[in-house]
Amino acid sequence: MSAVPRLSAGHKLRFDQVRNAWVLLGPERLFMPDEPAVEILKLVDGRRTTEAIAQDLAARFDAPLEIIQGDVDTMLADLAARGAIKL
Amino acid sequence: MTDFPPPMGLILEVTHRCPLQCPYCSNPLELERANAELDTASWLHVLDQAAEIGILQVHFTGGEPLSRRDIVDLVAHAGARGLYTNIITSGVTLDDKMMAILMRAGVDHIQLSFQDVDPAENDFFGGSPGAFAKKRAAAERIRNAGLPLTLNFVIHRGNADRVPQMIAMAEDLQADRTEIAHVQYYGWGLRNRNALLPTRAQLEASTETVEQARIRLSGHMVIDYVVPDYHAARPKACMGGWARRFINISPSGQAMPCHAAETLPGFTFPSVKETSLMDIWQHADAFKKFRGTAWMPEPCASCDRREIDWGGCRCQAFALLNDMNATDPACELSPHHHVMQDAVTESEHSSGTYVFRRMAKVEA
Repeated sequence: MSAVPRLSAGHKLRFDQVRNAWVLLGPERLFMPDEPAVEILKLVDGRRTTEAIAQDLAARFDAPLEIIQGDVDTMLADLAARGAIKL
Repeated sequence: MTDFPPPMGLILEVTHRCPLQCPYCSNPLELERANAELDTASWLHVLDQAAEIGILQVHFTGGEPLSRRDIVDLVAHAGARGLYTNIITSGVTLDDKMMAILMRAGVDHIQLSFQDVDPAENDFFGGSPGAFAKKRAAAERIRNAGLPLTLNFVIHRGNADRVPQMIAMAEDLQADRTEIAHVQYYGWGLRNRNALLPTRAQLEASTETVEQARIRLSGHMVIDYVVPDYHAARPKACMGGWARRFINISPSGQAMPCHAAETLPGFTFPSVKETSLMDIWQHADAFKKFRGTAWMPEPCASCDRREIDWGGCRCQAFALLNDMNATDPACELSPHHHVMQDAVTESEHSSGTYVFRRMAKVEA
């Protein structure tokens, strides 16, 4: 069974027009995710599994699934350890 | 010349009024009175500008921000402009009704302070009988409303030994985040330094407790830990560096790079009543004065940490050395670093009585 990631309570992903960049806002902190992280975070909706997220990205960017799956798992585990994602 | 990147956060000290009287309060000794506070329209105008110039998060603080009758309007307005809203509160007036209207206003996060995990000590320290029970109830309300819960404990000699119980209480309340923040010695905190400074053994024990709890609670609760400079070898990047990330606005509308900056001599801080936020951020002398590294004396100017700690804290250099241009004495490379140890030694021989925070008496 694979995990269904969601943003932790109080966390919001939004586009900042002034910086022309996506930002992840949380309680008294914020993250400036890089482009691959932004593509992953946009698919974190509390319904998709980590596998479904990786499959979507692998198909869209025509990249090997195993590599993308590794990137997705690493990035989400990192944000989970920092409390921004619940797995 | 290229513009400086926009600020990330806006700290609004909407009032200095507060139902508590904590002797470590970082508000200035001379508190601003209610009749000097900005009106609602002025705060709304500040929030509009904040959204336009790229500010991402607004921190409503004080004093007690819930003392402002219009706090809900300010939160709702900020949220509507896409700003992330954070309320930093003592919680003693956060009853069911206030919680409901804050939720309707769309508040994103509430940070709730406790003075201690021991109810009697908590109530003594805030100068408010019954405060602990109200705070516990407020924590449950925040939790039940579905908001993330951050608890804040300010640590000093009198409560440092109870850090393990504080973390246990945060777990019990299912907090998402806990701040274990040693007193920062400005304003009332500096005034009460002799009574508040922890011993080195207390600091080391609290650090060990936090490090172990972080490992045990990884993925469940974030613990933010702030140490006092007095036992440190290197200074902190105060506010993430002078005028690099934040604009702080006092109750009367003075814009400053940090809440303690008004203690510094020779500054004219711009008022948001007269100057736009963009103009303040890009052009105000007070914001440019210590921004970056060009102002630094040695040993800072050639230090490989100059863009890590940004020279530490100007207010601390002034408060302890009477020279705001000097290297922060928290740094062991400062020729005046001994003043930190001197303060620790002095505090060890002091009686430990507190001066509680209060408004000065009005002269008749």
